[in-house]
Amino acid sequence: MDLNFTEEEIAFRDEVRAFFRSAIPDSIRAKVAEGEGLTRDDMIQSQRILNKYGYCTPNWPVAWGGKDWTPVQVYLYQDEMQLANVPSPIAFNVSMVGPVIAQFGSEEMKKRFLPATANADIFWCQGFSEPGSGSDLASLRTRAERKGDKYVVNGQKIWTTLAQYGEWIFCLVRTNTEAKQQEGISFLLIDMKTPGITVRPIITIDGGREVNEVFFDNVEVPVENLVGQENKGWDYAKFLLGNERTGIARVGNSKAKVARIKELAAIEQSGGRPLIQDPKFREKLAAIEIELKALEMTQLRVVADERKLEKGRQNPASSILKLKGSVIQQQLTELVMEVVGPYAMPYQREFDGRNEPVVGPEYATEAAPMYFNYRKVSIYGGSNEIQRNIIAKAILGL
Amino acid sequence: MDFDLNDEQRLLKESVDRLILDQYQFQQRKQYMAEPAGYSAAMWDRFAEQGLLGLPFPEAAGGFGGGPIETMIVAEAFGRGLVVEPYFATVVLGGGLLRRAADPAVLAALGPQIVAGKLKLAFAHIERHSRYDLANVSTSAKKDGSGYVLNGAKSVAMHGDSADKLLVTARMSGGQMDRGGIGLFIVDATAAGVARQGYPTQDGLRAAEVVLTNARAELLRDNALPAIEHAVDEAIAALCAEAVGAMQSMQDLTLEYLKTRKQFGRAIGSFQVLQHRSVDMLVALEGARSMAMFAAVMAAEENPIERRRAISAAKSQIGRSGKHIGQEAIQLHGGIGMTLEYSVGHYFKRMTMIDALYGDADHHLTALAGLGGLFGAAA
Repeated sequence: MDLNFTEEEIAFRDEVRAFFRSAIPDSIRAKVAEGEGLTRDDMIQSQRILNKYGYCTPNWPVAWGGKDWTPVQVYLYQDEMQLANVPSPIAFNVSMVGPVIAQFGSEEMKKRFLPATANADIFWCQGFSEPGSGSDLASLRTRAERKGDKYVVNGQKIWTTLAQYGEWIFCLVRTNTEAKQQEGISFLLIDMKTPGITVRPIITIDGGREVNEVFFDNVEVPVENLVGQENKGWDYAKFLLGNERTGIARVGNSKAKVARIKELAAIEQSGGRPLIQDPKFREKLAAIEIELKALEMTQLRVVADERKLEKGRQNPASSILKLKGSVIQQQLTELVMEVVGPYAMPYQREFDGRNEPVVGPEYATEAAPMYFNYRKVSIYGGSNEIQRNIIAKAILGL
Repeated sequence: MDFDLNDEQRLLKESVDRLILDQYQFQQRKQYMAEPAGYSAAMWDRFAEQGLLGLPFPEAAGGFGGGPIETMIVAEAFGRGLVVEPYFATVVLGGGLLRRAADPAVLAALGPQIVAGKLKLAFAHIERHSRYDLANVSTSAKKDGSGYVLNGAKSVAMHGDSADKLLVTARMSGGQMDRGGIGLFIVDATAAGVARQGYPTQDGLRAAEVVLTNARAELLRDNALPAIEHAVDEAIAALCAEAVGAMQSMQDLTLEYLKTRKQFGRAIGSFQVLQHRSVDMLVALEGARSMAMFAAVMAAEENPIERRRAISAAKSQIGRSGKHIGQEAIQLHGGIGMTLEYSVGHYFKRMTMIDALYGDADHHLTALAGLGGLFGAAA
């Protein structure tokens, strides 16, 4: 048992660390550090830099720009990216639709979409959830009827993150209403410019526009946009959801957030001294740090174990990572809000940049919105209750 | 970076796991506890034969040169077996104190006796108002000829009643709370001026109150606190591993029960509310396991600040996980979990006592907070 990395691994870590901190503009990294929303241009700019240097799609097949990295290298890459406050590449592109196309798409489809997806020439969004199909995703009802060389799509998607930027959407649609729920679903790629698509914003409790409703009214989609086989979409969706393993805990992000909280608590005063000197505050933070260390160690155990598992198989502990990682992220946003105290109160968010002078310290402006916004992390990607169902069945055998 | 055991460690694990499986079933343990010493003399000899008593000692002291990982392997198995022999008191803590604080010559003289099962130790440190503070010592040491005489009262010395020698903290100079001026002494447990009152502890182990009245003692180390702290940190790492073994057993027992116990015509494990609660037990267990490994890896760290941070973080996590798993294990079992006839309650009791040994979850949380936490601003 040895927690030290090899010399090669340390060299790799130093290389990615230097890259992330020099290649990605400080202005973008500062926004991530403070939890400010990134603009579409920020995301695309950052992703193109990563892609240019081959650091965008390590999880893809090597033939399509992936890296033959060890699980430890993947871990170090993610950890350093998060520690450096570098935005993760657009998840819909890199973690979701890219690997699905690479795994199940035709050669033409790969050529058509993969390079553009890696370089953020296409901004993807994800059309899975529906008003009546949240945790019970397989009950989805958006219908795709085959008519000649087209599918005609009718229905509604919801919670579509960044659909306002989305140029394409990958959708789960029902292509067979007779079969068992899971066996009548297909995975369809749809150009958002197609007539019949309407995007409507949903403003969330933090005041941000992150999610949307997307309506499909007789939207015609060429059949060549079907990924893999008709009615096999559920398998592809499961592949997609199981794809991201260790990064999901976002340990690096949380470590960076802890460091930032310590900086801010040294600035903010309480009872005539820096808040960081308040024993009660220190204990609250230390309690979260312990949980975070345990999560980091668990993640390393999963990473170490992945070397021994056949590729593509999932370590059961990875679902624990999401469960725990989400709660820690939420606790830290709560603590940031506590650090800034009354300056959490002014509402000063506007959708397209701020016009008014900031009230209080700049770093306080996102504290409350971030706290409100982060309630999402225990809901999306399979709520923590669904995660518990999965663990109870898959790991505990209940 | 790996969490694998090497070949020797794997062999050790297999042999100690086998020993617990064959020799430490719930009913067997009951018989061991009924012996006069409160544990099995034959089992102690068995530990000696299997080389377990010599595990953490250097070869020069007759041992096998094992480190915290080897101790972790043994402790985790002992946690599953709820071992009542004084392994922790004699080998882990007593041995650790000798290794960290005594001259090599003393270690070379005493080590082989421990390894052979002929010498048992106990650490007599706790005093009426010292709580978990290792620097809080009022027992006094006065020079007397070539040795010292000690005066004071020590509490809850684990396995102090069956120990042959006591390792005693006593103040040579300074005030009751000073870090300097604390000596570590070795005292013959049957010497004149040593009065011991032995008793069982809540978890079925044994401890003793020790009153020292002009008891003759030999000084192992003056200004011994840093060495004592290191030995105690290593011992805490072992307790963390033992706790993981106990938690794993509670988790296994509870799952088994949920799958077999039927109410309302079905296995109670089919109820979602119980499923989610057992998942939370698993999450607590895995967090504890991760931190016990962290503690084992960091136990040998020479930088005391880094080491104490890690050990305090681990002990705090173990305390919280242990309480959660223990209370839930009893609750999910229902009435049967309340009975002395069933094993799950015994694990719960041991977990509860482990929390109170060398600092509970809150104590170590405060300690960690005082040291500035785990993740620096320059992460």
